[in-house]
Amino acid sequence: MEASVLLYGLVNSAVLMLTALGFSLTFGLSGVANFAHGSLYLAAGFIAWMILHYLGLPFMLSVVLTIIIVGILGAAMYRYILMPVRGIALSEVIATFAVGVAILEFFRWAGFVTYDFNLPSFVKGGVEIAGVDVDYQRVIIIGIGAGLAALLWYFSHKTKIGLALRGMAQDEYTALSLGIDSDWAAAISVGLGAALAAVAGLAILPLGLISINIGYDVLLIALAVTVLGGLESTTGLMVGSLILGFASVITANYLGPQWSEVVYLVAIVVVLAIKPSGLFGKFKELEERV
Amino acid sequence: MANVSYRKERIDRGIKARTDDIFAIASLQETLYLLFPRLLLIVPLVVFPLLQGIIGAYWETVFLIALVVTLLALSWDLLASVGLVSLGQALFYGVGGYFTAFLSNYLGLPPLISIPLATVSGASVCTLLLYPVLRLRGVYFGLITFAIPLLLMRTIEATKILGGTEGISGLAPLPGLTVELYVMVAIAFVGVFGLRRLIDTDYGLVLRAIRDNDRSVEAGGINVPWYKAQAVFIAALPATFAGAFIAHHYQVVGMSAFALDYSVLPLTAVVIGGPGSFAGALLGAFVLVPLSETLRQFGTLRVVIYSVILLIFVVGLPEGIFRFAQRKYQQFERLVPMEEVAKE
Repeated sequence: MEASVLLYGLVNSAVLMLTALGFSLTFGLSGVANFAHGSLYLAAGFIAWMILHYLGLPFMLSVVLTIIIVGILGAAMYRYILMPVRGIALSEVIATFAVGVAILEFFRWAGFVTYDFNLPSFVKGGVEIAGVDVDYQRVIIIGIGAGLAALLWYFSHKTKIGLALRGMAQDEYTALSLGIDSDWAAAISVGLGAALAAVAGLAILPLGLISINIGYDVLLIALAVTVLGGLESTTGLMVGSLILGFASVITANYLGPQWSEVVYLVAIVVVLAIKPSGLFGKFKELEERV
Repeated sequence: MANVSYRKERIDRGIKARTDDIFAIASLQETLYLLFPRLLLIVPLVVFPLLQGIIGAYWETVFLIALVVTLLALSWDLLASVGLVSLGQALFYGVGGYFTAFLSNYLGLPPLISIPLATVSGASVCTLLLYPVLRLRGVYFGLITFAIPLLLMRTIEATKILGGTEGISGLAPLPGLTVELYVMVAIAFVGVFGLRRLIDTDYGLVLRAIRDNDRSVEAGGINVPWYKAQAVFIAALPATFAGAFIAHHYQVVGMSAFALDYSVLPLTAVVIGGPGSFAGALLGAFVLVPLSETLRQFGTLRVVIYSVILLIFVVGLPEGIFRFAQRKYQQFERLVPMEEVAKE
């Protein structure tokens, strides 16, 4: 029992981190709370499914294609919908939420609700660790999660583009005066966030059936992890998803599965009430409080 | 080389004196000019409930729902005037419903007492609940209000308190649709005109100042959290009333009172109608709710359609229908030639 809780807690944490990665990146870099995150995640699943079944392309190629398509979708959403309302936090939230709902409900209307929709896992089969069966897909998710987190840390702290984006997030006017184009930077960050949502979707969706409501759940998870961990902090993201991952597996195990969603919501409410900048958020701390 | 291009110039009509709501009236014609838009709003609302024989009970119910959305939207608009952007109007709505269910079923109070009592006590509880998070700004306040109703919903589902997934049923009935509609219309008028008046008083000025720059207000020796709490209480009143009233209308209240719909619909209504004007909330609700009813035949595509409408308004016409119409009504517009400086 304990071994399975530990192992599945770890897997769940990786799932949460992967899910929240794109949202957290976009939010941290450009301040856009992308409420369409869940729908992009789900859209990636359906796009990949369509490419696989209608075009019949090989699996790896369709994965890459999907990630690129969703990334471009994200950047386009920024360019044509978010740019006119840039800086008005409420309008950004409403606009992205509307896009998200529109995408999800469109798929629901178009009939993407049957049991036919599932994605193949990368590698079939499983492995037994400490007496618990774990399939390879879950192991791969942990790997992808850890790899992407490291890659993103490197990208945002060491590369020129990453530094430009973070500069933008810290002080827009100073960054502008140094020749960083704010719209370009924000479009990149939203596009990148969307591409990461696609990666997460393609890695996690094979674990089960694709259903529309996943889109809403994913948004909730992304919000919870990001709020708990704090913005612009890779450590916060990891710690946040570890806490929530284990907390939800433990509550689901000992109290019943209906409690696991309560965990995310409680996390959002409690953290925002007590420490709005999250566990590891630093530079936004002053602005958020009165 | 200078080529002439035109810019649009807007001039207020002469009747307007200094501010938006003080007018210099010199003739009957001008009185009518001012009365016309107000009557345009009031007359249909007063007449509509009488037409039950002509349009049928179905659309009368739609009308009732539009009034509910109006009250929730008014509440949203007042919160937004203090800078608190709520993504969870369902909180007030659900709390109002559950309070009246409790008062009516367990204490046996008649609706005439349980609804007002639930309105006031529900609003007080919501204010206490939100008080610790009032210091949050912008998106963060939105996030927490987004999470709280969902949390309450899941908690009720998981713990099975307050009737669990079944809800509480068997509430005392209300006297009939026409009476209900008139009560709601009256409350909506009190809400729209009362809040418009309130936000123009000195008190309202403080509230708007908190939205614009809370630190300056604090520096002026005004207790910002206390004012915010008052605003939340006032804003919660129409919303908890709507929840309590509808609970008695359907004679049942369930988890669905905390559903996302009651957060999204009022928000959409305000965005369509025009934020900050309160009349816009009313206008938006009466555009949105009947529209979504007529689109019902399209199934979930309906949700897509009104998401797109919402997008168009947020991006294309952020001032909303009301301010747009107001501008057209109260101003002359003309094109003025101007010389454009040729680019090098």
